[in-house]
Amino acid sequence: MLKTFFMGIVLGLLAAAGGLYGYSVDQVREASIVDVTANGGNVESFHVNVPMDRIMIGAPGQTSTLPAGLDWPTDEILADVRAEMFKIRNARDTVIGVAARTAAKNGDEDVIDWVLHFPARGSVFVNMDITPREGGYRLGEIRAGSREFSKLHGFMTERWVANDSDDEDAPTGHIELVATYVGERERGNDEGLVE
Amino acid sequence: MKHVIALVLGFFAGAIIFVAGLTYNPFMADRALSPLSVTDEEVITLSFSNVPSESIIYTNNGDSLQQSSLQGALRLWKAPIRSTSAPHPIKVLQLWEAPIRSTEAMVTVMRDARNQTAGLGIKISSDSETSRLMFGETIADSIWYVYLPERGSFFIEQTENYWPFVREVALPAWRSSANNWRGSWLGDTTAGPGALGTAAVSGGSGRVEGVRMNGVESLSVRAYSADGGLIGAEGRLIIEIPDAQVE
Repeated sequence: MLKTFFMGIVLGLLAAAGGLYGYSVDQVREASIVDVTANGGNVESFHVNVPMDRIMIGAPGQTSTLPAGLDWPTDEILADVRAEMFKIRNARDTVIGVAARTAAKNGDEDVIDWVLHFPARGSVFVNMDITPREGGYRLGEIRAGSREFSKLHGFMTERWVANDSDDEDAPTGHIELVATYVGERERGNDEGLVE
Repeated sequence: MKHVIALVLGFFAGAIIFVAGLTYNPFMADRALSPLSVTDEEVITLSFSNVPSESIIYTNNGDSLQQSSLQGALRLWKAPIRSTSAPHPIKVLQLWEAPIRSTEAMVTVMRDARNQTAGLGIKISSDSETSRLMFGETIADSIWYVYLPERGSFFIEQTENYWPFVREVALPAWRSSANNWRGSWLGDTTAGPGALGTAAVSGGSGRVEGVRMNGVESLSVRAYSADGGLIGAEGRLIIEIPDAQVE
């Protein structure tokens, strides 16, 4: 019987090892919808339906807050900082990530930054131009990225598109983000990154 | 019948021995010293509250509000903070859609070394597919966006390993009869992508525009509940700025 008990221990050790070895995190993936541009590079578009995808609007002196109960800091140093957080959708209108947009004014310098986080793919950091271009869109440069986006560079545009649908449940509009990846970023070994 | 009982008892004993051996494996020790604690370069140290209810907003899939004890215990292993923390404020939009269900997002005030408000921090993190419990890796892929009016904006990408936290805080809390833990635990959560276990930091605007830097995030915990998440905790971000690249 002792021999059977020890055999059970061995089986238990193997089962626990197998179970933990096989345990994994699987992110839900949506197929990427990427177009190839005529002059090289890839284009991917995202959008944020407003107001339903808006998680937070943080700015000083708001009369109504989103989310309800938000306690935005009143520190003077943040007086010119506005931050928003959204769920972000792909071209099929499926939520695929979370994004944050920060706009700040600091002396002569204005800043508008986007960070887009896609759990199954990685993240992108975009620094936008302050002045909108003709056509109402703003252009920004992809400054950094992680995982799938770590080697890509390019640019992204943002544009507000008002909704012209009469549907009762339709959003008031959407923020259209179009990312263009035009090549691979050079990241030298001096950055100490693991190859 | 006796043999079957012996086999079953042995099986469970073996499984318990393996898990205990993994949990208390001395070879999976914490990294004792942050590589940035011995740097000669200029360093920015930012602190923030890691307690969701003390942040500006904190949101996740909201499962912690309705999960059973068993579900909570199972999730504790792969997401020790997200699995237990409730969104804040309570009416914040939750991340319930399938592609973002394992993601959490936090907006918080960043404080400088004198405990004065220095700027705003936004952290978004997700369970990583590189997690391997077998090897003591409870990995989260996370990013920070930090805006400091006096310095500019920073984008921080990192992989974090919460295994030491799970082993030394979350599991003792889960095992205690009151489902909580009190004490003093301090550890670096950043595990990469830098070769020395540092985060990759990119400057976006201001004085650090275009500068590539290193960073480390650490977590200091005083109280944790297996039911409610972090109760007393503070995070710290250390960013190393190469002297030659600062104006």
